[in-house]
This record gives sequence, C-alpha cells and structure tokens, in this order.
Amino acid sequence: MNINRLSEMQKEATERFDSYSAVLMVCAGTACVANKSIGLIEHLKRELMNRGLSDKYLVVATGCNGFCAKGPIMVVQPDGVFYQKLTPADLPSIIEQHLEGGEPVESLLHMVKGVPVPKMQDIPFFAKQELLALRHRGLIDPEDIQDYVRLGGYATAAKVLTSMEPGDVLDSVIRSGIRGRGGGGFPAGLKWKSCVDAAEQLGILPVVVCNADEGDPGAFMDRSIVEADPHTVIEGMIIGAFAVGASKGFIYMRKEYPLAMHRLEIAIMQARAEGLLGENIFGKGFSFDLEIHRGAGAFVCGESSALMASMAGMPGEPRAKYVRSVERGYKDGPTVLNNVETWANIPLILDRGGEWFGSIGTGDVSENPWGGSSGTKVFSLVGDVNNIGLVEVPMGITLREIIFDIGGGIPEGKPFKAVQTGGPSGGVIPAEKLDLKVDFDSLTSEGSMMGSGGMVVMDESTCMVKFARYFVDFLKDESCGKCTPCREGLVALGQILDRIMAGNGKAGDIELLEDFGASMNDGCLCALGKDAPNPVLSTIRYFRDEYEAHISSGTCPAGQCEALIKYTINPENCVGCTICAKNCPTDAITGTVREVHVIDDGKCIRCGVCRDVCKFNAVEVK
Amino acid sequence: MSCGCDCSSRTDLIIDRWNADPDFVIEMFQDIQEEFRHIPESSLNQIAERTGKPRGILFHIATFYKAFSLEQKGELEIQICTGTACYVKGAVDVLRAFERELHVDSGETTPDGRFTLSEVRCVGACGLAPVVVIGEEVIGQVTPSMVPDLLKKHR
Repeated sequence: MNINRLSEMQKEATERFDSYSAVLMVCAGTACVANKSIGLIEHLKRELMNRGLSDKYLVVATGCNGFCAKGPIMVVQPDGVFYQKLTPADLPSIIEQHLEGGEPVESLLHMVKGVPVPKMQDIPFFAKQELLALRHRGLIDPEDIQDYVRLGGYATAAKVLTSMEPGDVLDSVIRSGIRGRGGGGFPAGLKWKSCVDAAEQLGILPVVVCNADEGDPGAFMDRSIVEADPHTVIEGMIIGAFAVGASKGFIYMRKEYPLAMHRLEIAIMQARAEGLLGENIFGKGFSFDLEIHRGAGAFVCGESSALMASMAGMPGEPRAKYVRSVERGYKDGPTVLNNVETWANIPLILDRGGEWFGSIGTGDVSENPWGGSSGTKVFSLVGDVNNIGLVEVPMGITLREIIFDIGGGIPEGKPFKAVQTGGPSGGVIPAEKLDLKVDFDSLTSEGSMMGSGGMVVMDESTCMVKFARYFVDFLKDESCGKCTPCREGLVALGQILDRIMAGNGKAGDIELLEDFGASMNDGCLCALGKDAPNPVLSTIRYFRDEYEAHISSGTCPAGQCEALIKYTINPENCVGCTICAKNCPTDAITGTVREVHVIDDGKCIRCGVCRDVCKFNAVEVK
Repeated sequence: MSCGCDCSSRTDLIIDRWNADPDFVIEMFQDIQEEFRHIPESSLNQIAERTGKPRGILFHIATFYKAFSLEQKGELEIQICTGTACYVKGAVDVLRAFERELHVDSGETTPDGRFTLSEVRCVGACGLAPVVVIGEEVIGQVTPSMVPDLLKKHR
C-alpha cells in the first residue's frame, strides 16, 4: 500500500457510492439483528431486484446505529431520513412513496410528542451527541475496507507513517489529554511515553494491545465500535505501534461478542490484503501485524495484568503491580494496553491535532493531561429510560442532559431514583445530584466512577439493597480468588446483605458493611477487588434510609425483596378473566370466571408471572 | 480413547490448528469445548503432552474460565443474560421461570441432555433487556409468561 493507491481507492469508492440515487443504511448491530434486521436486509434487496432498482439504490448493512430501543433501524442517505421498528411489510411503501416518490413514509418515522421527525440529526436522542469515536457509525459497511477508505480511513495512518516522527505522535497524544476510556482514566500519552522509556531501558521491543474484553455488565460501547467500524481500531493501533516502536499487536476480544469478532477478523484480513498490516507499510520500512486472542469468559481479564496473563495462555489472575504492566506486561516486556474506545479516538487526534481534542471537554489539559477530561465519552444508556441506546457526548455534560434530554426521561413518567455508573466497580448517583457534570474527576468525587461508560438508570421500583446485592453476587462469581480480602470480603458482604433482605438485619449491620468495604478498598490486590465494595458503599451513602427500613421495620420500600413483600389482587380492578390463575406456576391463585381472584400467600413464590400477564393492573405488590 | 469415538484425532486436529503453541491453549480449549460440549480429560492430557504445558495449569485454566466445563453440556444452551440492564428489567424472574419449566437450576443440564441452562453476564444487547440467548438466537424483551412457548419451539 502506498499513498497514491490509497487515494485511488478512495476515489473509486466515492464514485461508486455516488452513482446510486440513494443508499439505504440498515443497522445490523447485535440488537437490531436480534430484531430480525438481517431478514429485513434480504427482503429489501429482493424487493429492489424485483422492481429492477438494484442499480439505483444500494443497501448497506451497517454496524450499531446506537438507538437500540427502536430497531430495526434504517437511515436513507444522503437525505438522512430515519426509519424505525421496520418489518418487511413496510418496505414496498418506503420504495414507492419515499425512494421513487420523494415523500418520507410518515407512519414509520420517529415521533416526538405526536409529531414526526424525519431527519436523524433532528431527533432529540441524536441532537446533543457529538460523535468522535463513533464518527462512522451507521455510515459505512463494516465488512468493506473500501467503504472505510471512502470516508478518509487510513489517510491519517498514511500521513503519520510517511511524514511524522514517532516523537511527534507521542507529543500530539499527550497534548490531546486523552485519558483511558476503559475505566482507569490514565492519560494515554503518558502511558505510551513510559512504554517507550521502558523499552529503551530494557532493550525489548514493546507490543500494543487493545482491550476488547468489555466485561462490565450493561455496557456495550466497545462492541458497537468494533461492529460498526473495526478499521478505526486497527488504524489507531497502527499509529500507536509506530509511536512506541512496536511491530506486534494483539486484540483481546470477548467471546460473548461473536458478531464483533467476525467483523474484526474480516477487517484484519482485508487490511493485510491491502498491505496496511504486514511488512513495510506505506513503503517507509515500518512493519506491524495484529493477532486476536479470544477471551473465555472472565470479568477479571479486563484488569491489565490478568489480561496479559490470559493472552499468554495462563489463568487470568492479576499480579501485584510493584512494576506497572506498561513496563513489564505481556511476557514481561513493555506493553501499551488501551481499550477499544481509546484506540478509536487516536486516528482523529492525529488527523485534527492534539490541541483540538484537548479543547473539547472539561478542565485544561494543555500543560498536563491530568488537568481535566478532554474529548467525548461514549455511554451505554440502559435500564429504566425511554431512549435506550448508545450515546457519545462531550465530557462535562450533565447527567440530567444525558438522561432526560437525550434519554427522554423515565418510562411511564415514573420518578427517577438513581443512575449507576462505572459498572461493578462504580456506584450510584441519586436524583439530587442530577446536575453533576460527567467527567472522570466529578464522578469519582461523588463515590462513583466513569468506568468504561455503562449508565444504568433506575426508577423507584429498584430496591437499592437488592441492587447492591446483585453486584456483590456478580463480583463473588467473578473474583479470581487469588487475594483474601476480595475472595472472603465479598462472601461476607453477601451474607450481611442477604440477611438484611430477608428481614433479619441487625442494628450495626450497615456499619459492618462499611467496615468490610473500607478494608477491601485498602487490602485487595487489584483495582477490581479494591473497587468491589463500591456499589454497597455508594448505595449506603445515598440510600441509607432504605437499608434502615429493611433492618428496623422489616419493609422493602421499593417492593422487591421477596421475603418482605406480598402479592395481592385488588378486587376493584380484577374482572375475573382467570389468566393469572392459568399462568401461576404453583397454583396459588384461586377464583372462578368473572369473580375476583385470590392469591394464597403460603403457595405464592413471588415470581411475578401474575402481574406480568394481568391486563387490568389488578395484581399489587406491597 | 475410552469413549470409543475418535476424540483423539479430533483433538489433534484442533491442536494442529493452533500449531501446538502453548500461548494458544485457551483458544484450543474453546475449540474443544465447542467440538465436544465439554473438556474431556483425554483432550486435556493431549494438550499437555503436545504443548508442554503442565497438566496442573491446564486444569486451572479449564476450571477458571466460564466458557469451559468439565461436564458435558446439553445440545442446546439457554443463556439468560443477567447483566445490569437485564437485571433491572427483571432478568431474575425470567431465569426462575426457565428453572421451573426445565426443572433444573441455573448451571445444570436437563436429564435428557437437551438443554443446559446458564446465566451470562451481558451479551451487549442491553437495548432489548431482558435478553435470552437460545443456541445462537438472541431474543429480546422476554417476560416470564413467554417462557413455556419459547421452550416449546426447541423441545
């Protein structure tokens, strides 16, 4: 590959793209695929073929669009009209009325307060977003390198490799102030610099690694980036490898993401075929190649030293970090480890300059990357929120803007209770802190953390004690068991929470939880262990009264703890349709047709099926 | 091999695929798990012999990672996502419904060897929570009352 060949490829791809009257971008990310978007794409292609329109309209299967709640999604380019929740039956009218007739099909558009919003950029969910890491989402075919090149892909790598010195690249990344998007928040430029220093000192060639083992439950930023734009990660790694002098790179990918894995494999193959990976890239004597390592289901492998152990074919257990993994990482050599989102930002930083990136976000990073949080952050907005999906926003935006302006608030108008950020290592933030600015340091100061960007919104029906118990349970399962405070501490936290949830909590239990938590913060071997009590500590910090209600009055205010609640049927709403009795797995409900039904509390196992099937809101939980 | 099949040559093929490179034993285990639906002891021994990796470490790996199982899994794996987003949307109720219908606990296989019920921590389809993965199919917005019908399709 050389620069001329790259511009030729871009020209050819653009001409081909422009030869179509319109391009139909159908989302084929994991969530839309689950909503049958692959079948939709096949139908669309067939429908166009049958009408002799295949040369006029191009169908592209893109990666995740981000607005997962509305799938399957299709965006018609170049006019940017956004269609949602499509079925094959909707396609003829789109082709006839919109593509051929020029009039968007109103009934399939996104509605805001009953008014259709045809263009994607006008939809509130998208309007406040600023796409850097996700800049190509929904705009390219992730399985076609030419489509990436069409939008300027690999041009930055070409510029860097042919006209820059590694030191200039390092400077640019340091000046951008970009901090690690995987959770740690360590400035990437400084990390790269210490890797270069260590490599010089040790005389060992460094390696670059991409952490795509997105283990945080409720987070899918990295999956979406790889599914939508795998080449941007590869390009970022080429640039990083050039800066630190690595010739070998690895991507450590979760096996739970088969689609992302598939697309990454294709992308690496195509990049090799075009000479973008391999020997003498862009004719300047720099060689670099990538290999994928598949994770095997271990949350702890998101921790740097555990990940590197796993890459070397060992159990993924962390080690004490007297020497940081950037100096002694993979096979004891200097290693740069960054996550998918960080790598995806690198081509953009080198394209537009570190200062430009540093000017977005909070604080001043021009002198010191620790001086603020620059750039944007991708969040997966999930849970009890109307517009579930993936959002990318500038650092410093408030939680309220994310949850209410972009997320559209809480379903059924219920009150907002809390938002959990930072995954199992993070914490909850209550309603009174909704105006908190979202950046690395503000979230940490409130007892939570940025983490990798999961944002789980909860309404009043989530019990905070049970929620804390959920994370403790998760971490207990995932703890590698190497150090005692984590292994035993989590069991102890779980036991105390269990008895509180069963109504057997004792005075002093809350303090005991805090005590255990503080010991774990101090004593655990790795960051995942140290942060493991955070979900418990932060729920106590903001919802202490809820813990106290469980202990002193034996009630669960949110109505979730099975031992403390009762299912009953409200006779005013019950019409005697018998559906609850038919579906009850333990035959706990009795009653005849058109008569009020009754739940036998002794037989009831609190499974919630009756409430789920009742169409009259007659089943109540107290 | 004792089971009477050609485990040994199938395992050899998998080890060859990874050039018997000890760095790739996790990948070998993944392929073996997929091939046999568990990690047979004989395969583990073969990997030890050919890669030079101690059996103790291989056993540690086989029991450390969630993807591997020493006991044979069912023909069809039913995974209930219990990631945070699914949890908040009622994944535990869905899990209990599967347990009741299949008469097994999470992590167990039905006596007929048809289904293995397990929990998975986030498949990244949080927009569809609660999510269930049956075989390769991702099913979104599952409620406990949908469970009997979902199973009927696969029995």
